[in-house]
Amino acid sequence: MTMVNLTLNGKQVSADVPDNTLLVTFIRETMGLTGTHVGCDTSQCGACVVHVDGESQKSCTMLAAAAEGASVTTIEGIANGDSLHPMQQAFHENHGLQCGFCTPGMVMSAIELVQDNPNPSEAEIREGLEGNICRCTGYHNIVKSVQAGAKMMGG
Amino acid sequence: MHHTTYVRAGSTDDAVARMADGGQLLAGGMTLIPTMKQRLASPETLVDLAGCGLAGIEDEGDSIRIGAMTRHADVAGSDLVQTAVPALAALAGGIGDRQVRNRGTIGGSVANNDPSACYPAAVLGLGGTVHTNKRDIAADDFFTGMFETALDEDEMITAVSFPKTGKAAYVKFPNPASRYAMVGVFVASGADGTRLAVTGAGSDGVFRHADMEAALDASFSADSLDGIAVDADEMISDIHASGDYRAHLVREIAKRAVAAC
Ligand SMILES: Cc1cc2nc3c(=O)[nH]c(=O)nc-3n(C[C@H](O)[C@H](O)[C@H](O)COP(=O)(O)OP(=O)(O)OC[C@H]3O[C@@H](n4cnc5c(N)ncnc54)[C@H](O)[C@@H]3O)c2cc1C
Ligand code: FES
Ligand code: FES
Repeated sequence: MTMVNLTLNGKQVSADVPDNTLLVTFIRETMGLTGTHVGCDTSQCGACVVHVDGESQKSCTMLAAAAEGASVTTIEGIANGDSLHPMQQAFHENHGLQCGFCTPGMVMSAIELVQDNPNPSEAEIREGLEGNICRCTGYHNIVKSVQAGAKMMGG
Repeated sequence: MHHTTYVRAGSTDDAVARMADGGQLLAGGMTLIPTMKQRLASPETLVDLAGCGLAGIEDEGDSIRIGAMTRHADVAGSDLVQTAVPALAALAGGIGDRQVRNRGTIGGSVANNDPSACYPAAVLGLGGTVHTNKRDIAADDFFTGMFETALDEDEMITAVSFPKTGKAAYVKFPNPASRYAMVGVFVASGADGTRLAVTGAGSDGVFRHADMEAALDASFSADSLDGIAVDADEMISDIHASGDYRAHLVREIAKRAVAAC
């Protein structure tokens, strides 16, 4: 067992977990935040993307113990009270989701993408979301959402 | 995933000592953790290298030295790499996806010697040097077969260095799902002639193609590669592509790499 201490959506949390606990398992099962999803076993789908110290990471491919001392942000941590994060709002307004399974990961990847590149082109958005797979939308409205989200974030 | 014990090494010496006790090194985990999830690996102890101070890129005059724990995103975004070996920065920026690049490391990639990985082509194509806790290993002696390297059981990579060169290019024909190379060719033209390394294709892993190198030494142009034979029997044949198709791709991608120099 390992004692893991980290900041989760701004709150200090600690738990004693088996060493082989993945960060996504820690978030979903130990901390009960089920907005972060698991869509594959091969580190390819991106449904599990969270921010670790501000960078997007696949939380299914990282041990919770390796996040010791880090600041982790999940989809639950980005809205400001009742008002959605601009990127969430943009997905909502542009029909950027159908079943919604991929959406938490898409939104978290998109936020980092726009933080690095405030005014991304369509090609840059498609390239930047290569690690996120959606089986519903055909991506078109996701790209539109990210373009709109980038504008709303101030790009 | 099977049970494991997680430890953080505080230094290279500490990591090597824990390796001698049977520990397996954990770098970015982008290969090792999926392998453990599929129960294809079950190390009793994982030795995390994150705290060993092995990340960073240094200018060494004629070459650059990249610490083993330097992530793909940091190589891709480095001003030094972009100026000194632009083809290497571009290669790192094309590995996998954003999240893979935010975590995967050069040391993990080179140590793993996956037959479809990108970095081995750069190390071999540029004639780089792999530095370990014990010695310096020339690229030509390092990659010894699919997933095989010259590393001893108790040896770890500390850094990889590359000669500076502007006349080099890497072109990858990616598998559309994983972004790994179905065929990737790294070509570099330096003082000692041309080196051309192929990844993704060879059934023994990354390899140099002597006939192509000779043709390019005679005349460095894509047309020089027309008609050069690539042996389909030496290619990987799998659900993604047959050996014949890969052999064809090797020559075509090599031509594109030469044209991109
Ligand atoms: C979805 C996906 C797409 C990918 N696409 C590509 C691609 O297009 N091109 C490509 O090249 N790669 C690709 N990769 C692989 C990626 O680049 C990995 O990061 C890399 O192969 C392994 O590096 P790592 O730091 O994650 O190593 P780990 O997974 O931590 O380790 C890999 C192996 O190396 C050993 N090791 C680690 N560090 C050292 C060291 N310093 N000395 C000795 N041994 C060590 C470990 O014990 C382990 O056996 C992809 C991976 C994923 C998940
Ligand atoms: S669950 Fe698919 S990449 Fe993490
Ligand atoms: S909306 Fe269903 S997977 Fe993307």
